[in-house]
Amino acid sequence: MAILVLAEHDNKELAKATLNTLGAAKQLGGDIHVLVAGANCGSVADAAAKCEGVSKVLKADSVELAHGLAENVAPVIVELAGNYSHILAPATTYGKNILPRAAALLDMQQISEISAVVDADTFARPVYAGNAIATVKSSDKIKFITVRGTTFDPVSATGGSASVEEVSSKGDSGLSTYVGTEATESDRPELTAADIVISGGRGVGSAENFAIIEELADKLGAAVGASRAAVDAGYVPNDYQVGQTGKVVAPDLYMAIGISGAIQHLAGMKDSKVIVAINKDEDAPIFQVADYGLVADLFEAVPELNSKLGK
Amino acid sequence: MKILVPIKRVVDYNVKVRVKSDQSGVELANVKMSVNPFDEIAIEAAVRLKEAGKATEVIAVTIGPEKAQEQLRTALAIGADRAILVKTDAPTDLGGVEPLAVAKALKALVEKESPDLVILGKQAIDDDSNQTGQMLSALLGWSQGTFASKLDIEGNNIKVTREVDGGLETLSLKAPAIITTDLRLNEPRYAKLPDIMKAKKKQLDIIEPAELGVDFTPRLSIVKVEEPPKRQGGGKVASVDELIDKLRNEAKVIS
Repeated sequence: MAILVLAEHDNKELAKATLNTLGAAKQLGGDIHVLVAGANCGSVADAAAKCEGVSKVLKADSVELAHGLAENVAPVIVELAGNYSHILAPATTYGKNILPRAAALLDMQQISEISAVVDADTFARPVYAGNAIATVKSSDKIKFITVRGTTFDPVSATGGSASVEEVSSKGDSGLSTYVGTEATESDRPELTAADIVISGGRGVGSAENFAIIEELADKLGAAVGASRAAVDAGYVPNDYQVGQTGKVVAPDLYMAIGISGAIQHLAGMKDSKVIVAINKDEDAPIFQVADYGLVADLFEAVPELNSKLGK
Repeated sequence: MKILVPIKRVVDYNVKVRVKSDQSGVELANVKMSVNPFDEIAIEAAVRLKEAGKATEVIAVTIGPEKAQEQLRTALAIGADRAILVKTDAPTDLGGVEPLAVAKALKALVEKESPDLVILGKQAIDDDSNQTGQMLSALLGWSQGTFASKLDIEGNNIKVTREVDGGLETLSLKAPAIITTDLRLNEPRYAKLPDIMKAKKKQLDIIEPAELGVDFTPRLSIVKVEEPPKRQGGGKVASVDELIDKLRNEAKVIS
């Protein structure tokens, strides 16, 4: 049994979600190979080769693979698939975009966003926005799986010494071209990798008011998140959204400020180790999952936190 | 330009679902059902393209039970021109019709209807798979623009802005293409009463899966469906000082 893990990267660095996906692969047992598909992605292949448990890195290095277009990456996976019992990718927008395309080309039914490995054919995954956990058994020859990063420990990024082998690209499909990226500029840690996340909701009231949330985040070295309501209202960019349809996070500390706690939002943060809720509505559902709930006006409580946390 | 909009009948997003006591699935009897919210955004997007003179016809399609006609009527009330129900009594949430089978059925419909664009939700809020659009795109050999928050169509060229983890990414796709919708693409309208009345008279065809030559046998069997572990919450603090003290000295998550 051999497992192929699709690496997520930006042609320079390996995305952390890849390490969590490797953590899931490790639980399956067997030889673990990593596919790095990109352009001038040698440093990523080298980084993947150093990851714990990886025995081989397959590097497809070609200009049409530079931006992870599903139409160009999926055929590379398809070409290699026959050698593997399992093909895994992170359940990020990168993995979610590419893997189902490869699975369908091989007539395989993907298992999305697993949260646990039961055995080689059986996996648990959240459904209904995390309100139920389904355990499913696959009868497919090759298991295509996306992995929810927060529920698998990352493997170590050091200690491995895998070989790097070149594999060929299948060319440019000509179906789509990359135009550009509008990256959200931030010096703060990445939302899904941060130890502390400070999130604001509709209660914050405006984009300007988010400054107090950001100030608190900076005092604590935290990432900034938001509820869907805050994103829809235009207070913060879309990639701040925590929830079933946004990002799923599980930091050591999650602070929900001015967030009522819709099911959709809870699905994205309820696995956090410690949850703090600050809301003036004492009946807000967020308090039911909070370890420390503070019923208070956030415009008084957050500035007070900011001044008392000093620095 | 002809647009096909696949939609799904799902438990309404406001319903707190309950797991069945025999762990076979989620209780669906006497539960409010609606159009999957992402699919509603897809219908709205297609109808707006028609209103802008860029599309000639919008066809809504679903795979589901007899009652899924209700959701197709909703699509017709928003502004779709006609609808197709691929009727099946198999479950469409868990342990029944899976995304790959749906993609195959949709492929057969695309070959019949020859749309230039298929717009559908990025995921259904019941099985949360997020696969159907990508799979359909693969089976047809078309381009894909997933998690779309903005669409610009100029002739044969579709510029799509996608909500990705690091921000927004823009791709240029060659038509025909598959677009899957994210939340920010639009805010679907509420259908007005006259439109709801008009929708009742629009064409709705019912066909059998066999007519599309698709096998709905699932590849994944449901071992069990359980409630997620309950989180022990509900703790309160009285002041900011107490909160800081607890986080420092009890939870030890800040220094």
